[in-house]
Amino acid sequence: MDMKHSPTRRTLLKWGVGTTGVAVAGAFLPNFGISAALGADLGSGDIGVLNYAYALEQLEAAFYTQVVANPFSDMRPNDMTILTQLRDHEVAHREFLRDALGNRRIPDLEVDFGGINFRSRRSVLNTARTFEDLGVSAYNGAGQLLKNVDYLAAAGSIVSVEARHASAIRDLIRPLSASAVGQGVVSNGLDPALLPSSVLKQAGPFIKTEVSAQALP
Amino acid sequence: MTEQNTIFESFEPDLVDRIAVGRREAITKYAKSAVLWGSAPLTLALASTEAFGQDLPATVVDVLNFALTLEYLEAAFYEQGLSSRRLIPSESRDVFRTIGRHENEHVALLKSVLGGSAVAQPAVDFTAGGKYADVFENFATFRLLSETFEDLGVAAYKGQAGRLLGTGKILTVALQIHSVEARHASEVRRIGGKLGWDSAFDKPKTKAQVLAAAQPFLA
Repeated sequence: MDMKHSPTRRTLLKWGVGTTGVAVAGAFLPNFGISAALGADLGSGDIGVLNYAYALEQLEAAFYTQVVANPFSDMRPNDMTILTQLRDHEVAHREFLRDALGNRRIPDLEVDFGGINFRSRRSVLNTARTFEDLGVSAYNGAGQLLKNVDYLAAAGSIVSVEARHASAIRDLIRPLSASAVGQGVVSNGLDPALLPSSVLKQAGPFIKTEVSAQALP
Repeated sequence: MTEQNTIFESFEPDLVDRIAVGRREAITKYAKSAVLWGSAPLTLALASTEAFGQDLPATVVDVLNFALTLEYLEAAFYEQGLSSRRLIPSESRDVFRTIGRHENEHVALLKSVLGGSAVAQPAVDFTAGGKYADVFENFATFRLLSETFEDLGVAAYKGQAGRLLGTGKILTVALQIHSVEARHASEVRRIGGKLGWDSAFDKPKTKAQVLAAAQPFLA
């Protein structure tokens, strides 16, 4: 596995320290003088759950942005179309949650994709599958933590798109396989539902910023 | 295994019988807190008993029966499709066989919770009065209806989620079915040469909208 990565790309989502702003996907935003070293706590209640989703969408958006910017060499015909769509969707999810949270949002996270070989189709697609399946499990487990029906509706409109992504990625890995409709992750007709503590543990290796969820289960 | 026996003793006896399939696996997963709800009719039955005792609230019964009607429809559709010779191309059989199994599992799950309140399996007409006369002879027609049912299922569960707010694990299980329907929808669309989605956000449908769409297939 290629452990090298470009410092310039690494800084794409870097949460600026000691600077006046943060570069996020081309936009320059104030960082409110918070230091990345302090990490980010997601908060409690519905805001905590939305911030949790926002953290995961940041991760996915950063990943696909990097994938599309650095296409692997062994591209197959549909790969780029689908990966570009997924990037656009995840960016849309991230921006939607950013807007919904307003000034109660967590800071921009710094990601760590050092373990991903962006030149390898296999490494990229396997990582994509992990992220999409994890996203589905996360939203499924988070639904019952929400109190506000509008937030539940919003989460519902995102989670099924994540599941559609998971299927498309699984189909790219093994076309027309049972895996493409969830074999290996779906059990007795049900997708998993995971709690934030479990999801954050799995997402942890890809997020450099310390993310805590002290008020979430 | 004393612990498992204790858990099961808290159920009414026939409920235990209804959920007996795969219960050991489900109990094991239930015991691990990382996975909220791994599998099986047991989980939803457990959830409903835990939350409501033996009397499910009318809203929950209504939502789950609505879901069950759609699952009956889907399960019957794939059963008929998979048993029709020369309909599904061999390369796509794994996909449709897996989808069909999931729909059967959804039916079993919902029935196990609803018990005596479960609606009966509806009579179906997948030709919709002749409009899709070749549904079980022409794969293009079959695939198109499959896509219709899967996307409808996704929108239906999504539209009902708000009515399950506050039901805890029952909502969770509905969400766990919802995302599986979305996996199906995506793959069936891709088999038809389409993208697996319409946009970055899926839209819900109300119960009335869903029933209007399903009506032509209910004989």
